[in-house]
Amino acid sequence: MDRRQFLKTTTAAVAAAGLGAAPWRSAMAQAGPIKIGLLAPLTGVVASGGKEMVEGVQFYLDQVKNEMGGRKVELTIEDDASNPDTALQKARRLVEQGNCHMLIGDLLANTGLAVANYVKGTGTPYFIPIIAADDLTQRARIKNVIRVAGYTASAFTHPFGDWALKQGYKRIATISQDYTFGHEQCGGLAQVFTEGGGEIVQQFWHPLNTADFSPYLGQLAELKVDAIFAMETGADSTRFIQQYASFGLKAKTPLLMAMNGTDQSVIRTIGEEAEGIISAAHFAEGSDKAVTAKFTKDYEAKYGKIPSLYGFSMYSGMMWIDAALKKMGGKVEDRDLFIDTVLKTELDGSPLGKAVKFDAYGNPVYDVTIRKVVKRADGKYWNVPTQTYPEVGQFWKYDPETYLKQPAYSRTFQGIKKA
Amino acid sequence: MTMDPHAPRPSLLAGLTGRAAAIAAVVVIAASGLPLVLSNYQVGLATEVLIFGILAMSIDILAGFAGRTSLGHGAIFGVATYVVVYCTAQAGLPPVASFALGVLAATAVAAVFALLAVRTSGVYFLLLTLALGMIVWGVCLRWTQVTGGENGMRGDVRPVLLLGHHAFYWAVLAGAAIVSFAMWRFVRSPFGLTLRGIRDSESRMRSLGYNVPLHLFIGFTVSGFFAGVAGALYAMFNNFVSPSTVALAQSVEGVLMMIAGGVGTLFGAFVGAAAIIALENVVSAYTERWQMVLGVTFVLIMIFAPEGITGKLRNMLSRKVR
Amino acid sequence: MSLFQLLNGLTFAALLFVVASGFTLIFGLLRIVNLAHGALYLFGGYIGFTVATKTGSFVLGGIGAMAAIAAIGFVLDQGLLRFVRGNELRQVLLTLGVAFFLNDLALVIWGGDSFTVPIPQLLRGGTKVFGTFYPVYRLFVLGMGIFVFAALWLLLNRTRLGALIRAGVDDAEMVEASGVNIQRVFLFTFLFGSALAGLGGLMGGAFLSLYPSADAEILTFSLAVVIIGGRGSLVGVAVGSLLVGLLNTLGQVMFPELAYFVIFGPMAVLLAFRPLGLFGRAT
Repeated sequence: MDRRQFLKTTTAAVAAAGLGAAPWRSAMAQAGPIKIGLLAPLTGVVASGGKEMVEGVQFYLDQVKNEMGGRKVELTIEDDASNPDTALQKARRLVEQGNCHMLIGDLLANTGLAVANYVKGTGTPYFIPIIAADDLTQRARIKNVIRVAGYTASAFTHPFGDWALKQGYKRIATISQDYTFGHEQCGGLAQVFTEGGGEIVQQFWHPLNTADFSPYLGQLAELKVDAIFAMETGADSTRFIQQYASFGLKAKTPLLMAMNGTDQSVIRTIGEEAEGIISAAHFAEGSDKAVTAKFTKDYEAKYGKIPSLYGFSMYSGMMWIDAALKKMGGKVEDRDLFIDTVLKTELDGSPLGKAVKFDAYGNPVYDVTIRKVVKRADGKYWNVPTQTYPEVGQFWKYDPETYLKQPAYSRTFQGIKKA
Repeated sequence: MTMDPHAPRPSLLAGLTGRAAAIAAVVVIAASGLPLVLSNYQVGLATEVLIFGILAMSIDILAGFAGRTSLGHGAIFGVATYVVVYCTAQAGLPPVASFALGVLAATAVAAVFALLAVRTSGVYFLLLTLALGMIVWGVCLRWTQVTGGENGMRGDVRPVLLLGHHAFYWAVLAGAAIVSFAMWRFVRSPFGLTLRGIRDSESRMRSLGYNVPLHLFIGFTVSGFFAGVAGALYAMFNNFVSPSTVALAQSVEGVLMMIAGGVGTLFGAFVGAAAIIALENVVSAYTERWQMVLGVTFVLIMIFAPEGITGKLRNMLSRKVR
Repeated sequence: MSLFQLLNGLTFAALLFVVASGFTLIFGLLRIVNLAHGALYLFGGYIGFTVATKTGSFVLGGIGAMAAIAAIGFVLDQGLLRFVRGNELRQVLLTLGVAFFLNDLALVIWGGDSFTVPIPQLLRGGTKVFGTFYPVYRLFVLGMGIFVFAALWLLLNRTRLGALIRAGVDDAEMVEASGVNIQRVFLFTFLFGSALAGLGGLMGGAFLSLYPSADAEILTFSLAVVIIGGRGSLVGVAVGSLLVGLLNTLGQVMFPELAYFVIFGPMAVLLAFRPLGLFGRAT
């Protein structure tokens, strides 16, 4: 419903702008609006995340009065239904029927990879603030698939592994959803942690949407480790955190999680069970930096909830694209120029509070913060930064070329150094 | 499965060979002209209609002519898709060989399904095929080393010659015409007549000395072969495969298209596929509540047009004639 | 398998029993494979969650969930299924359409966030079971499973209504011929079976949480339970639940690679040799 309404208002705005066009604008008017196709899972398993993706984009477009690089924006939103086949079909519709200048979005890796494979053939610029598959900026780059305000899955768990060593943890067990996003995040932590002398005692891989975690928790409890690293998303994360607490593990073993595990989209519906969980990410909604605080406050005022990574990433991704468009006068039709310009543009003024640029492989370099879930004055929970690793790239402290020679993280390759 | 009394009796189809051939020729020629009037995206949709039409038709072989509705054909279809993508992307085989292997694998899986399922009928057949489909899905989801797990596999599956939207559409159209003819011949063959006999009365056929399980086994396997063809084409269409291609939803969609087209009408499958795909596309363009609309349509079809769109049209026409 | 894992299997089995017993009652008596049963579970969970959160009472949540789902069951049976009586395929697909509708409706009403039904203070925390720390709530679920089994057993074996249902499972026409209004028995069974799905939703919603697609998972497990146990058999559904619950735990502990295969593999083999399930009878 929101979407229809939004489209209507957008179109109305475009029409109004066209009718009442000031003369100096006529040159632009003939170029028409910039058409952006947004793919988000509005139904299916991750529907709530998809909704926040749309909100993030709209929040940005509202702030810039629906104008990017001096041109009006026509946004078309398609539901990828959390399903790669549907995502592919919708991407086709946006590109071939809707003539979109660019695509942005998708949440689940499989939907994003399907669309990336498709735009490889069409050359349409495709922006992925959420899709984190390592190889998209490492071993299998696609020129027109760009990670604006996105991240590489293992990039934040590398410093997290380092942090765990510094806490004096010697033995860690990991549990993760069994797909690339999980393999990569666990791999990042496992490699740095074991190379620094730590031991990964055991790794558990479970299918997405595991109804009952108790069999795994039983095994985790018996391992007697110093900390547990869990890589969970969405409903799995909710369930994991709750069952972790209800089986009494919370009081015994510190829980470290991948950043999506303690994202607002998860902890917003749970309470004290989430308190104290540590994670590593580029963004922390509870940061006291002025820009972050303002973003969080405005977003909360508008949508009635603290922004999640989905909302933040899409918002910042749009901001990044806009910055590039401004630089090149909105000439989005020149694809090569557009892609090059984006890659050369810095993201400034985002809620991160620090300028961000791409590395030579098209991956943004961020300050990574170690975050802790704490209770806010009003009783809600959020992630507050406790420590920062500045300027962390996707290759951590490794030499890119050497790093790229090792295989991509998978269930069989976790970069674990045998003691 | 009890058959719908409104389903057209086989005798209606028989004896129309000359006219049928003429109609078929007209339909194929009209269909091959479609790309000239449709946009690229719509040609893509039309290709999808043909592919899913073949799937729905393969389900109709069992449902309409042997009285057994399978909820496992999406899995058979998807096995072919997986094998084709794997062979081209991972094993580096040429497209033709991959295609053949994909169809072969689907046929083999169908044969295994058939072995387990032929002793059941009615709701139990439905449940068993559903469960078998779930196993295939579970394997594709969990056997990460080979299937890529949740992420699936990507590759440039389509042969270079067929890269264009139009070329691929025409190739699929030709394929669809050939397999449609083959299926039509199959259900009208003496073997197909025996299947119908089993549908109408299993005990009578048994007492007449027919080996009922063997006939069902062969019927199921043949039907699986055709589902495999559809799945292999789908691999070339998408250049991508993931567990959702073998999921229950795929089977359900196939069955729904078959029913919407009319059980036992065979070619109605294409009408059903076109109706469902068009509905999904049109509705999803106007509301994000398309699943709700789809659900309601489902219910309405079951209540008001259980004989399917072609069946409904046929009824209305014959009423007029009388 | 340790006691801890045994308890995990048993508590999961208890939840499956509550959900699947409703499924099998309807399947057994009305011959309807209700693929909307999972959606009823999820809807029941959501309603139970809302009521329990608003009133602060878990019990009221349970009553609300059961009543609301029975009402939806009434509409489903009297409003829709009555038009397709006697046609199994049409019934199955109709219920699937209803499942689509209900799931999407749930997404509209509650959004896609995952919710957990608040557990009453009394059932929070853990306790020692033979020296093993175990959450009280999960033991409560186990107790509820046993309670529902006992109640159903009494209903089916000690009441006139139960006798009618049992007779109806074997031969509905015969019961009707003896002058009983079997339609009323049918309706009661449908509402009661639906209410059990609602109750299951509340129970499961408190430890497995509620989220889009939870319906498909519980439905898949319930199907496995009913297929293994056999149509319309209370003992069958109990045995099926135990098998599936324990296999699920065992599979996750011992063969994580084969998680689904561990449940569906044995089920398919069983079906091939006993098409009617362990306790199913031909009609």
